[in-house]
Amino acid sequence: MAWREGRAARRRLLLLTAAIAVGVAALVAINSFTDNLSRSVDDQAKALLGADLVVNSPSAPTGQLLTLIDSIAKAPGRARAAVTSFSAMAYVTRTSGVRLVEVAAVEPGYPFYGDVKTAPAGAWAALQNSPGTLVDAGVLTALDAHIGDTLAVGEARFVIAGTVDNFPGDGSIRSAFGPRIFISARYLAATGLLTFGSRAQYKTFIKLAPDEKTEPVAKQFRKPISAERGRIRTVEEDQERLKSFLDQLGRYLGLIALVALLLGGLAVASAVQVFIRQKRESIAVLRCLGASTRQLFSVYLLQAGAMGLLGSILGAVLGALIQLGLPRVLSGLLPLDVSVQLSWGAIAQGIGVGVWVALAFALLPLLAIRKVAPLVVLRRPFEEGAKSRPDRWVVLAALVLALSVAGLAALQVRNLVRGAIFAGAAGVALLVLWLAALGLVRALKRWFPHSLQYVYRQGLANLYRPANQTVLVVLSLGFGGFLLTTVALMQQNLLSSFNIDRAPDRPNLVLFDIQPDQLAGLDSLLDADKIVHRGAVPIIPMRISALKGKPVSLLLGDTTAREGGDGDRPGRWALRREFRSTYRDTVVASEKVLTGKWWDQLKQDRFASRGLGFTATDTVPISMEVGVAGELGVTIGDAITWDVQGLPIITRITSLRTVDWARFEPNFFIVFPNGPLDKAPQMLVALARVPDAAALGLLQRRVAERWPNITSIDQSLVQRTIEAVVDRVVLAIRFMALFSLATGAIVLVGAVAASRLQRLREAVLLRTLGATGSQVARILAVEYASLGVLSAVVALGLALAAGWALMKWVFEVPFVLPAASLALLPAGLIVLTVSVGLWSSRDVWRRAPLEVLREE
Amino acid sequence: MIVCQALSKTYRSGDRELTVLKDITFEIESGGFVAIVGPSGSGKTTLLGLLAGLDRPSTGTVTLDGQDIGALDEDARALVRGEKVGFVFQSFHLIPTLTARENVMVPLELRGQPAGPRADELLARVGLAGRGHHYPAQLSGGEQQRVALARAFCHRPRILFADEPTGNLDSATGSTIIDLMTGLNRDYGTTLVLVTHDSDLAGRTRRVIRLADGAIISDGAP
Repeated sequence: MAWREGRAARRRLLLLTAAIAVGVAALVAINSFTDNLSRSVDDQAKALLGADLVVNSPSAPTGQLLTLIDSIAKAPGRARAAVTSFSAMAYVTRTSGVRLVEVAAVEPGYPFYGDVKTAPAGAWAALQNSPGTLVDAGVLTALDAHIGDTLAVGEARFVIAGTVDNFPGDGSIRSAFGPRIFISARYLAATGLLTFGSRAQYKTFIKLAPDEKTEPVAKQFRKPISAERGRIRTVEEDQERLKSFLDQLGRYLGLIALVALLLGGLAVASAVQVFIRQKRESIAVLRCLGASTRQLFSVYLLQAGAMGLLGSILGAVLGALIQLGLPRVLSGLLPLDVSVQLSWGAIAQGIGVGVWVALAFALLPLLAIRKVAPLVVLRRPFEEGAKSRPDRWVVLAALVLALSVAGLAALQVRNLVRGAIFAGAAGVALLVLWLAALGLVRALKRWFPHSLQYVYRQGLANLYRPANQTVLVVLSLGFGGFLLTTVALMQQNLLSSFNIDRAPDRPNLVLFDIQPDQLAGLDSLLDADKIVHRGAVPIIPMRISALKGKPVSLLLGDTTAREGGDGDRPGRWALRREFRSTYRDTVVASEKVLTGKWWDQLKQDRFASRGLGFTATDTVPISMEVGVAGELGVTIGDAITWDVQGLPIITRITSLRTVDWARFEPNFFIVFPNGPLDKAPQMLVALARVPDAAALGLLQRRVAERWPNITSIDQSLVQRTIEAVVDRVVLAIRFMALFSLATGAIVLVGAVAASRLQRLREAVLLRTLGATGSQVARILAVEYASLGVLSAVVALGLALAAGWALMKWVFEVPFVLPAASLALLPAGLIVLTVSVGLWSSRDVWRRAPLEVLREE
Repeated sequence: MIVCQALSKTYRSGDRELTVLKDITFEIESGGFVAIVGPSGSGKTTLLGLLAGLDRPSTGTVTLDGQDIGALDEDARALVRGEKVGFVFQSFHLIPTLTARENVMVPLELRGQPAGPRADELLARVGLAGRGHHYPAQLSGGEQQRVALARAFCHRPRILFADEPTGNLDSATGSTIIDLMTGLNRDYGTTLVLVTHDSDLAGRTRRVIRLADGAIISDGAP
């Protein structure tokens, strides 16, 4: 009976099936993709690390640390390979190209797992036997070089033997941070670059015997290695960390897919409502024939369920196809090859959720069946039934709906609170859209602009014609637009928070690692070229040796401490790191003293008491960045002993600063006063303003040739890198948000179809009365444009609120309003609404008037 | 006023052809009051549609007020209708989102002409003065048809086509409508063409054209 009853309206229901299908497709695609990712991580875990475990250390392992590494690696069946990586300028002698690259000097054997794909093939094995280098393809482009060219890195020269096309454990996003070149560790010394103060990462990769478990080994050595400022990472830890990251990523993208599905649910709700309204008479007849409310209710609920099932199955098929394309969209974010397989779990979940959404959303409008009196058979009521108070069934159905949405969201992110927050936020957004649409209709009825030209009046009046779909269209289009606009806002805001000041007098080139004896030469080079530059800033590398009187080796040996700080206990990361500090008298523009006193005030205090300046033998005052102070768990008045190239310096924190890290300037965690560090071994950083790109390239090249140890980086490169990273994240989100807009468009088509007959009759009547085709089209355009404008405006308002909230509480960056680009999305939404609306009404001017008048 | 010459209309459905009208020729003089009658399926409404330019004939020509409307495209015919032709339908066909007064104003407004005073005048003429701000759903069937009548006369058409104008009304209300139509026919000199199968109604016209199976079987005084 359920089947027979649904026969007539089946064609239109197909559209709604499509609305459910799009949502389920998005959900299935992202969830099976997440499953695939997780499986791929398991499959490739060892290749991702390249070994069973790795020991990281901030300097080349010596002494006790080396002994420890030796004792791990020397057991039978085990092997080791060290990889040293650092930044350096590389240039090709033949061309004029120069580029900051990441040099990786590798020992034979690395990576122990996974294949390095090179062109020409097999070049990786040959690397160890020749003074050649293998480079990321990006290096060739940046340097305008090709295979066979000679590449200069520091004092050494390497023949480019080929390119590395795929390195296990790398995402393509990796190369955005700095293209890599690989050399054999044998030639590391020849570069002459690893001298005092160079920033380099030292990793020793260790392969265990085939049957050995990693964890016992890691457990045995973790504590002693930690005490030596080393750190052990194992395959299992990496695998867990990566899996949980990817899982989170997938889950939150899935949440956006869920929104598309919920819009599909709205479409179902409205279709059911229209359907019941049209079916009043057959419902009344069935009731006259003795059908009970319960029977009828089940008949129609079954139909809704069947529709949901059909849509979900279609969606699952579609989703399975889409996930084939997802690796391409997300490839920039992923450090591994994803093998695509059907994930039956995700498909089953998608179908289940799809059917559930269809049922939950159908429930509320279906309750109207109870209000259809058998009397309708005899007489159509003058007005649709008077509003009655919601009874307990309505309340129950609404509750089921709200709990369903929250439950599905919680299921998707695997977190009850976040699910509820999501459902709440979605609910508020929908409520606002609903109120706006309702408000528009009410306001139009009350204050109708009677003085407008006829075409506009008729178009506006259409918004409240009987069986109008104003609310539904505004809800679905508005929500889709809201999501997309929020994503766009987020992207613009994140980018602008990283946006480097491009004012013409700002520096655009930073020169690092200048040795003090090179400074005079560099200054005269810059002066000769009339390049504006600032006085070089000294940098002194140092480590913490004791914190608040406790030796760091003791603190690091405490294996219960977390990587980041947790309030009381300092974070291991901050304890182990090498601080690159400076000394100066003044506070610079990119920083602000938050609490405590700067040197001048301190000096006054001291002068008053003892009349002394600062010297290294005293307790030296320092100023610390507020974030790292939090990591270390220290504040004003706390003592820190620094190890500056073997020399201990006792300091006390006298001020905390906030630092605007986004400024293209050398910024520091720790600032010393002038005096105590003047004689310490140091390097310098210089800033310059080079007028154009060509001059910039030339300068970089000349510096690199003359002083290979000096690295330089230009602002546009930094900017491009950041943009590349943000763009890739945004692409993934936008891809998912598009599903919502697609559902919105389907709902619009469905809504137009629902009132099609009505619209057709009206248009034909107007033509009979002498309206031209263009007048009819203009009336429709006015109608859809008003729907589009309302949806767009409300979507924009909601997106601004959401964007602001996200920036304030999630990303914690100041909110900016990218006005110009923001106008583009609403404009697009309006164009979409008008074109979809006109396209679905094209029948109106394709058919002869008489044909339609006869369809009475 | 209306001249139709050798008019025929054939519909094609699939590979079957259905001839609805065969070789219809007649003339209606200006100010005439004519009923087209015949059983269901005899082609009455098709003929009315062709006369009003709502559809194109398969063969033959229709001339309205000296203008061959077969030679015009759809928009040009719409303009002719807007200028010269009024319509009244069996099921009223008012626009539900417009008030009675606004409905009456539509034909003039489509041509960008001032319509308010004229609409008020006509609403008064059909006895609905003061009901102009009501929406169609707030009016009875007879009242709706009177609004439709006012709308049909609003732009002073030369010809009024009425398709079963009393079909959905009880006989007393229907009679009022016919009285109004004849009155308007008299006052404004409008040519009236009426499609009906109500013989009482046909009896009140001055000429009756009888159709059967798509052909004229008689044409003369009732």
